Amino acid sequence: MSDLNLKSADATFIHELTEQPGGEKVRACFTCKTCSASCPITAVNETFNPLRIIRLALYGFRDQVLGSDFIWLCSSCYSCQERCPQGVCIADFMTLLKNMAVKAGYAPTGIRAQKNLVTKDGRIYPLDDFDNKKRKKIGLPQLPTTCEVVKRLFPEE
Amino acid sequence: MKYALFLGCTIPARGRNYELSARKIAQPLGIDIVDIEDFICCGFPVKTSDMDAAMLLGGYNLALAQQQGLDMCTLCSSCTSALTETAHHLSEDRTTRNLINKRLNKVGLQYEGHVKVRHFARVLFEEVGEAEIKKHIKRDLSDLKIAIHYGCHYLKPSEIYDGFDNAENPNTLDTLIALTGAEVVDYPGKNRCCGGPVLPVHEKTAMAVTKQKLDDIKTAGADAICLICPFCSVMYDGNQKSIESEFETEYNLPVLYLPQLLGLAMGYDRKELGLNMNVVKTKKLLAGYFEKT
Repeated sequence: MSDLNLKSADATFIHELTEQPGGEKVRACFTCKTCSASCPITAVNETFNPLRIIRLALYGFRDQVLGSDFIWLCSSCYSCQERCPQGVCIADFMTLLKNMAVKAGYAPTGIRAQKNLVTKDGRIYPLDDFDNKKRKKIGLPQLPTTCEVVKRLFPEE
Repeated sequence: MKYALFLGCTIPARGRNYELSARKIAQPLGIDIVDIEDFICCGFPVKTSDMDAAMLLGGYNLALAQQQGLDMCTLCSSCTSALTETAHHLSEDRTTRNLINKRLNKVGLQYEGHVKVRHFARVLFEEVGEAEIKKHIKRDLSDLKIAIHYGCHYLKPSEIYDGFDNAENPNTLDTLIALTGAEVVDYPGKNRCCGGPVLPVHEKTAMAVTKQKLDDIKTAGADAICLICPFCSVMYDGNQKSIESEFETEYNLPVLYLPQLLGLAMGYDRKELGLNMNVVKTKKLLAGYFEKT
């Protein structure tokens, strides 16, 4: 990441970003750093820096952004988005980058696993008879332990 | 007040104490709860990887509530924001709604775009109201010092919440907790995130975010934390022991869900509020209250 050469930048990246939800207003960033100063993740791990990610994206460093480890560190807490004086939807922009990274074949195992669980079981924490037994014991209603409908909602998965 | 109760994924698996206490206090406060057992994930966990899939999941749940003619009441803040966001998109953007409805058609559903999504705490604040809750208070909790954790998605992104509360300076939970007589303790970074969403990606970073807040709460002299999201609870209650051993420190800070705290003030017993299921033990902190009754 230390060697960034503008010759390797992709000028079409910014157009792609601004055409999608979350990317519309990213060009308005004037590097005031309110996002990074508000970020609870940057406060404990400087490899995540929203300002830097926006700059890299605007310069067209597609692979360096989408293939990075750091975009996944956004906790989507919206602190940056609430405070951006330029109205950039920064948290939504991070979501857009992560969605594009998944499409480009980059995604941490945990993120892939979450999607697999949800589109196969309908829940991130599938329930079994033991869960229902515990629910029954304290008077909570029973819940289904299987989910057929997701197979029809996500036939491609 | 009649609502379809949306539990999401985390509560049935890891937050039965939250569900139990919420159902317990809902009834006397006049919140009529309907269970829809076909509800599935809200879409929040897949938003990161696939926005379209998240919206389809949200639309499916909204359509199920609409079929019963009900608005939705949520307990999890992440479910609240994911469903509210999807409801906003689908009511404002006809093209997206048509695309989602095309896919919902395969399971015999359509969404018209009128279902409202309300967090349980918002229902307590806006619809039940302070005056009504006050009538049900039987125990004075003025011996307790409570640090409130609002979490992020109860209030943010603010543009989807129609001006409810104030994301930078919130007061709805402060107001509700003050009704119990408990002292609300302020601390730096009260609005900061719990770190939870980063847990599946980088555990060390997530835990460091959680630790920072536990440090600030402990320094402020609080006896316990009160919160309204099962995932925030996983971080502060479920992971408190691991953070203590990882960072060689000690907090011993019980973490109570809002309906547990309100339920305590309303006179309910430990087990009725699922207080025996909290990970950090609450027995010592609350012993006095149960002896008095």
